[in-house]
Amino acid sequence: MLKMIGQRLMTTIPSVIGVIIVTFLLTRVLPGDTAAYFAGPAASPQAIIEIRSKLGLDQPLPVQFVSYVTALVKGDLGQSLTTGQPVTKDLAARLPASAELTLAGLILAMAVALPLGVLAAVRQGSWIDHLCRVVATAGVSLPVFFTGLLLVYVFYFILGWSPAPLGRLDVFASEPARITGLYLVDSLLAGDVTTFRAAFAQLILPALTLAIFSLAPITRMTRASMLAVLGADFVRTARASGLSNRKVIGTYAFRNAMLPVVTTLGMVFSFLLGANVLVEKVFAWPGVGSYAVEALIASDYAPIQGFVLTMAVMYVALNLMIDVLYGVIDPRVRLEG
Amino acid sequence: MTAPPLLDIKNLTVEFATRRGAVQAVKSIDVSVAKGETVAIVGESGSGKSVTSYAVVRILDRAGRVAEGSISFSGMDLVTATERQMRDLRGREISMIFQNPRAALNPIRKVGKQIEDVLLEHVQATRATAREKAIEALTKVKIARPEERYDAYPFELSGGMCQRVVIALALACQPQLLIADEPTTGLDVTTQKAVMDLIVELTRERGMSTILITHDLGLAAAYCDKVVVMEKGKVVETASAADIFRNPQHPYTRKLMQATPRIGMSLADLLPDAPKGPPAQAAAPRPAPSPDAEPLMRVENLVKEYPRPETGAFFAKLMGKAEEPKSAFRAVDSISFTVAKGETLGLVGESGCGKSTTSMMITRLIDPSGGKIIFDGTDIGAIPAKQFAASAHRRRIQMVFQDPTDSLNPRFTAERAIADPIMRMGTISGRDALRARCEELARLVGLPVELIDRFPHQLSGGQKARVGIARAIALDPDLVILDEPTAALDVSVQAVVLNLLEELKGRLGMSYLFVSHDLNVVRLLCDRVIVMKTGAIVEQGTAEQVLGNPQAEYTKELLTAIPHPPL
Repeated sequence: MLKMIGQRLMTTIPSVIGVIIVTFLLTRVLPGDTAAYFAGPAASPQAIIEIRSKLGLDQPLPVQFVSYVTALVKGDLGQSLTTGQPVTKDLAARLPASAELTLAGLILAMAVALPLGVLAAVRQGSWIDHLCRVVATAGVSLPVFFTGLLLVYVFYFILGWSPAPLGRLDVFASEPARITGLYLVDSLLAGDVTTFRAAFAQLILPALTLAIFSLAPITRMTRASMLAVLGADFVRTARASGLSNRKVIGTYAFRNAMLPVVTTLGMVFSFLLGANVLVEKVFAWPGVGSYAVEALIASDYAPIQGFVLTMAVMYVALNLMIDVLYGVIDPRVRLEG
Repeated sequence: MTAPPLLDIKNLTVEFATRRGAVQAVKSIDVSVAKGETVAIVGESGSGKSVTSYAVVRILDRAGRVAEGSISFSGMDLVTATERQMRDLRGREISMIFQNPRAALNPIRKVGKQIEDVLLEHVQATRATAREKAIEALTKVKIARPEERYDAYPFELSGGMCQRVVIALALACQPQLLIADEPTTGLDVTTQKAVMDLIVELTRERGMSTILITHDLGLAAAYCDKVVVMEKGKVVETASAADIFRNPQHPYTRKLMQATPRIGMSLADLLPDAPKGPPAQAAAPRPAPSPDAEPLMRVENLVKEYPRPETGAFFAKLMGKAEEPKSAFRAVDSISFTVAKGETLGLVGESGCGKSTTSMMITRLIDPSGGKIIFDGTDIGAIPAKQFAASAHRRRIQMVFQDPTDSLNPRFTAERAIADPIMRMGTISGRDALRARCEELARLVGLPVELIDRFPHQLSGGQKARVGIARAIALDPDLVILDEPTAALDVSVQAVVLNLLEELKGRLGMSYLFVSHDLNVVRLLCDRVIVMKTGAIVEQGTAEQVLGNPQAEYTKELLTAIPHPPL
């Protein structure tokens, strides 16, 4: 198993190198002049040139690239011009917020989608099956910013059940001591129920927004995959040997049906990372998505490069996790490792 | 004989709800199985034999239901029994074995665990004794090293071994009735014999009753006391195995018996006395190919090697400690033979013997690792497989594939499928000329011309086989490779297709390379036979020599493994 993980890691090296080169080039060809932006509208051409040379932007591209990579090797992603902080520090501060949101959304979606998909397959053609279809279609056809605003309108503005959509905690609560950076986990570790409640109240709407969006692919995939497996010969054998329904569906069918679902989960997670950007904007969530968008508007290279690189590394890690999970579920994959 | 039968099916009708209303798959049948009796239910596809068995265990799919009749098992009515009662019965009192054993096992669960599941469900073992009992069950089906096999996954076992596991699973709880649904279809003859002998031995030992569902009359005759013949959902004849073969009463039974290839008969004998429909005229006795003439194809020292999968090669290379290269696996090990003009050469052997690899090399779909394939004076083995499609020889070597359904593009009509090779390599152009040629070919293979605008799913198995043959002969090839062309067909359809092939060969002057594991069919169709085992030729000669008076041990073993109807 360890050997398989090692091999997989090796194969990701070229793609990471590719990502570094592409992001570097992309940020350079983007329209907009960083130096002009930061010098301000009233700056003289002289001042702009000065800033440019201070930032190293007057150097030829290869030279810029070498200095970027040299810094990168030392773990330095550069300095954000908008916040004035090192990019690594900015990302470290904001990544847990995004991670908490995405994970909460995904877990919520799985908690609904997996049972719904399984039930829809087992009782094919029943009301549950129709419900499954309606939920999936509705979820995927509503854009996230719309669902987000709708939820805010209903639960905050009309019903007043949820707090104002202004970040991870309301203004009166204090941050829990940082351990993992995930507020829910940290507050529980600190035994601080009040903070946990406050964080949870803030999190529920944006997480729900993401969950509604990701419900469709997971439900549909679970249903389709369960249907295929339920028609398989070995399920017939299991039934013909008198195994109980729970055993047939739980142990025999579901575990086999999980294989394609795991792949879908990986893809959905990637979608969510992208969908995050809008949700973070709607809920004023201090995550990496909104950070990257702001940097992009300002033609601030370093944070964009840092953001894309972080995402790429996360994708790689995610794919690795899925491969490992595959090996755990399916012995046939283990063999090829 | 006053004891009530163990299983008594009376007036059973099974319906399936379809879009076009209810369809009766089984129509008021009566079958009874006494204690300790072995009953065969024989019929061709669509006869309702599997549906009957599913109705007994009540595992029909959601569209099916018992519309009428009763099924009583040890005095209990299975039609009205609750689902809970049925679940207790399944696996403990009535067990099933299915065809395609590898698919019948959960692919991602250890086989030992799967046996344990059944034992635990029926309270035949406790958690503490389950493992021991599962290993005991594996020992009973004569699996070597059962302790190790307990931890094996189905993909790590051979087909025959998987079927043993399925049998162990079925017999783990000592049931009274075993239903075996085509238990050996898709297995090699020697494996088939081993599996059937095992089933018979185990069921006799325990005084169990068995229902054997099969399309193979030979198998039914060799292993059963009583035979029930089904046709289109009805039981047409029930008699003891000895009687039914000596004196079949129903015309359908006679037709089935006649269509089953046996020793001492000719191809034409397979057909019903009054042949209906297109061609199916008996083939003229074939002239022996003259031995001095230059053969159409000469294969010399043909070799195909596959590299063995290397483990951790990338890492090893990186660390600078490359492993010793393992010797490559030889799928085909230096074989030589010839195919004369107008000859049918049979290539027989069990799965994994290299016969498919050989036929793929000759068809030039894969490249040989060594040796020559001299076709009409040219070494076509030297032309890379990728370029062969553009070569002038492509037209002259064509292939008919094993599965008539899977080898047709589902989105092509029969006409389009037949026209495909002509459009790529033929000289005919223009829509009308193409259509005329397709109709001519359809007539040649006995496919009704009005059917050639249909799609594969609108055609029967035999019609699809005809489309496949028409496609192969569309370019007037010199050599046609037939890769088990009738393996997926019912015997009566097989009889017609075999006769068609023989007739076409005579009429168009082709040579055949006939790849098959069915020695009875090979005996009928082939002039000469090659027997292969583990990549090498163990015996070759005329069909009469090899199959009539085999010299090699392996050929003898193959021949004795075939179940014969007592005739």
